[in-house]
Amino acid sequence: MREITFSEATLEAMAEEMARDERVFVMGEDIARQGGIFGQFKGLPQQFGLDRVRDTPISETAIVGAGVGAALAGMRPVVDMHFADFITVCMDEVVNQMAKIRYMFGGQCTMPLVLRAPDGIIRSAAAQHSQSLEAWFVHVPGLKVVIPSNPADAKGLLKAAIRSDDPVLYFEHKALFPTKGPVPDGDHLTPIGKAAVVRPGRDLTVISYSMTMHRALEAAETLAGQGIDAEIIDLRTISPIDIDTIYASLAKTHRLLIVHEAVKAGGVGAEIAARVAEEAFDLLDAPIARIGAPFVPIPFSPALEKLVKTTAGDIVRAAQQLCR
Amino acid sequence: MNARPYGCEDLLRFYREMLRIRLFDLKAAELFAQGRMAGNIHTYVGQEAVAVGACQALEPGDLITATHRGHGHCLAKGGRADTMMAELFGKATGYCRGKGGSMHIADLGLGILGANGIVGAGIPIAAGSALASKIKGGREITLAFFGDGAANEGVFHEALNMAAAWRLPVIFLCENNRYGVSVSIDRVTNTADIADRAKGYGIPGVVVDGNDILAVCEAVAAAAGRARRGEGPTLLEAKTYRHRGHYEGDPQSYKPAAEIAAWKERDPLDRLKKTILAAHPDAAAALAGIAAAVEAEIAAAVRFAEDSPYPEPATVTSDVYAADNERSVAR
Amino acid sequence: MRTVTYGQAISEALREEMRRDPAVFVLGEDMGVMGSVFGLTKGFLAEFGASRVIDTPISEAGFTAMAVGAALRGLRPVVEIMYVDFTPVCFDPIANQAAKMRYMTGGQAAVPLVLRAPGGAGRRNAGQHSQSLEALFTHIPGLKVIAPSTPADIKGLLKTAIRDDDPVVCIEHKLLYAAKGQIPDGEHLIPLGRADVKRPGRDVTLVAWSRQVGFALEAAGILAGEGIDAEVVDLRSLVPLDWDTLAASVRKTHRAVIVQEAVRRGGYGAELAAQIGEELFDSLDAPVKRIAGLNVVSPFSPALEDLTYPNPGTIAAGVRETLGRQP
Repeated sequence: MREITFSEATLEAMAEEMARDERVFVMGEDIARQGGIFGQFKGLPQQFGLDRVRDTPISETAIVGAGVGAALAGMRPVVDMHFADFITVCMDEVVNQMAKIRYMFGGQCTMPLVLRAPDGIIRSAAAQHSQSLEAWFVHVPGLKVVIPSNPADAKGLLKAAIRSDDPVLYFEHKALFPTKGPVPDGDHLTPIGKAAVVRPGRDLTVISYSMTMHRALEAAETLAGQGIDAEIIDLRTISPIDIDTIYASLAKTHRLLIVHEAVKAGGVGAEIAARVAEEAFDLLDAPIARIGAPFVPIPFSPALEKLVKTTAGDIVRAAQQLCR
Repeated sequence: MNARPYGCEDLLRFYREMLRIRLFDLKAAELFAQGRMAGNIHTYVGQEAVAVGACQALEPGDLITATHRGHGHCLAKGGRADTMMAELFGKATGYCRGKGGSMHIADLGLGILGANGIVGAGIPIAAGSALASKIKGGREITLAFFGDGAANEGVFHEALNMAAAWRLPVIFLCENNRYGVSVSIDRVTNTADIADRAKGYGIPGVVVDGNDILAVCEAVAAAAGRARRGEGPTLLEAKTYRHRGHYEGDPQSYKPAAEIAAWKERDPLDRLKKTILAAHPDAAAALAGIAAAVEAEIAAAVRFAEDSPYPEPATVTSDVYAADNERSVAR
Repeated sequence: MRTVTYGQAISEALREEMRRDPAVFVLGEDMGVMGSVFGLTKGFLAEFGASRVIDTPISEAGFTAMAVGAALRGLRPVVEIMYVDFTPVCFDPIANQAAKMRYMTGGQAAVPLVLRAPGGAGRRNAGQHSQSLEALFTHIPGLKVIAPSTPADIKGLLKTAIRDDDPVVCIEHKLLYAAKGQIPDGEHLIPLGRADVKRPGRDVTLVAWSRQVGFALEAAGILAGEGIDAEVVDLRSLVPLDWDTLAASVRKTHRAVIVQEAVRRGGYGAELAAQIGEELFDSLDAPVKRIAGLNVVSPFSPALEDLTYPNPGTIAAGVRETLGRQP
């Protein structure tokens, strides 16, 4: 298999879907001339023209609103948010418009809109450019939320999202863009709503996604050296959650640790923990543990920022505690 | 540039303030390129006449909101170079004790209500500060700095509308540097002047040469007088240009080389220097003295930042809340 | 003690705080001449004048951010967002400005702002006027969040919120405005972050806030007739959370049932259930149960809407299930 970067994988997904379906177009700030602030749109305008790869003004509310309108009119827009933190500016378009229109109109229409949102901590970008906000959208009926951790899933999920008739929020961690990984040739799709067991194990289940998946895999190696065999699940889609894969794993391991970069309080881990405890209490031999950021805005100083980031060491310690 | 209403001392003061910004940001850019500070910085190089011209027309009790490109605003309003440099380094002695960084510099004591990482967000905050002045009955006014990009955000229109309707003591100062990151203003707006939008809200809209500090100063002074007299807001548009990238390391491939060269010809510091020397040929020594003093100030700021400690780990959870912080953060 | 409505209690809190402190002012749509769409600020314009009772244009993002600016200047704005459903329109000033300002400035800035917003279903207001969105706010460091259920609680907590130096989101419920209750005479303050055991019991802990507290109490009444003694803990504050009261109750009853009107997936109940599971695992005799709204958009038709959120009957049924009892 080829090794390409996460960024290149998303670019392939865009190019393939735009070539396949002329209704697909993309708009956002700095995507055409500049090729995206992370280079993730480079070359698309040359291939598809400036009508289908559109630089917009800094008007998040209107861009996403226009995406909703275009989707209603039969297009399949992809809107780039620049930084996930700016979703707050167009929160109404996300929460009250794209999420609800199909239901409010009694199923008359579809809403094939993809919102791409680069998120996460990278190089001291501070409180308004570092957030992981995915949990908000898990709480909003009508949205699907995907959050890949590697190039293959980045490509497969973006293609699946573009083909989805429902609105999809596509969170992509900024620090993942330059990372490389194998990506299958051809028309590679990753189904929305399907988790992946990326490392089988017997002693505990670690669920994660996006950047912290890599910390979980590092931790698993350390734990293996200590005789703890961790099964690692990459959730990939956080709404809807692939609960069956989680239960199948717990039936083996009986111990669960959920890890994300987002603030722990009210994060995706809370929902998984609550649901698993409710529905599969008898599978559990220990309390479910969660790792996430403390309840603070992301600080600027590297000396402080590193304290709010989830590390492999945090995961190792929590796993040791669970398996004691 | 008409130097007549200003004395030599005024002009030298303007020059010193502009040079502080220029040298601060060039030094910050140099240190950033060496990997000596974290995060990212957006320099103000090329736009110094706007911040200094505006702040020189304000009174000490007046307030401002700044932007992500805010080092110049902070220095022009009287901010300290050492405290700001320490913040850029993420040190405990910085303006925000390392929690904010370049994009969130604030000095509430100087009336700097914060730089902001969200485009346009400072505009309604400035209007709210002006509302507070109106409610409190104070004579102070608030000035919002923002870019051409921010003029396309919804809150720009909402804030102008309310400030106009309620005659709030606020100045909306758009620094039109022609680019929102990579996108040139011509490609995303259909008018030549953002100041035209003032008509829609029934307030004066004034275009000014943003590289002419004296023109900026006069325009802001007029708008400030209007605001202080209770006649309401003014939308000023200062036409200017950023010499460097949107962020440090931005290759600026989206800008034509001829355009960059033409604007560098109109460098605001060079122009002021020429004006000063034309009116006061004996000021050369004073200018040289200023340059030496500012260089020393910036060098001292870097030393201060480098010598300062990083924040204590325990402070990562402080300052989220004023009251009941520990419990609010724990649960 | 006097009997007043929840809406009157809000009026009293606002009026008393505005009389006490000239820095307090209210702004929002229809707050002045109309006295708010729910009549909560009737008479305020005459008493306090147009500079402290501000009719805004329909510009939620603009005026909420202006309130942040005024709060930075030492005023204590109380913003009303007509429906909590409209807070997404002003999400940036709430989530990226008000919430983060103190921290980003290293403690320099204070944003003593209260944002009041009625939420809740049951008025056939459909998808964009019926939501319970507290979980969006409880995931944002820097905000405090209250959701009182009675006239006495809303008065005491709102007054405290106005005096608090941090931004507080006050979630009200449209269908509580007319609800009556006893309220103490004179100055009445309730600290943030203190839950209230509305009904003591031995067998199960029902955790609720806002309108669902009343439903939980009704359910407890039904269950009492079946020999089940339910304790009802009204959280009142979601952030900060009164963990000690909640944990003490669960340690006593060994069973927790969380009731929320909001959509189940990713709601505040998930966070509570996760914390109880993490820290009180050995005290639990049954899984923590959530009785919550369906994961759907709020439908208009009465025939559908009533199916989407908990009521005393579904709460009682959930408790029976947790206790392994047949009805």
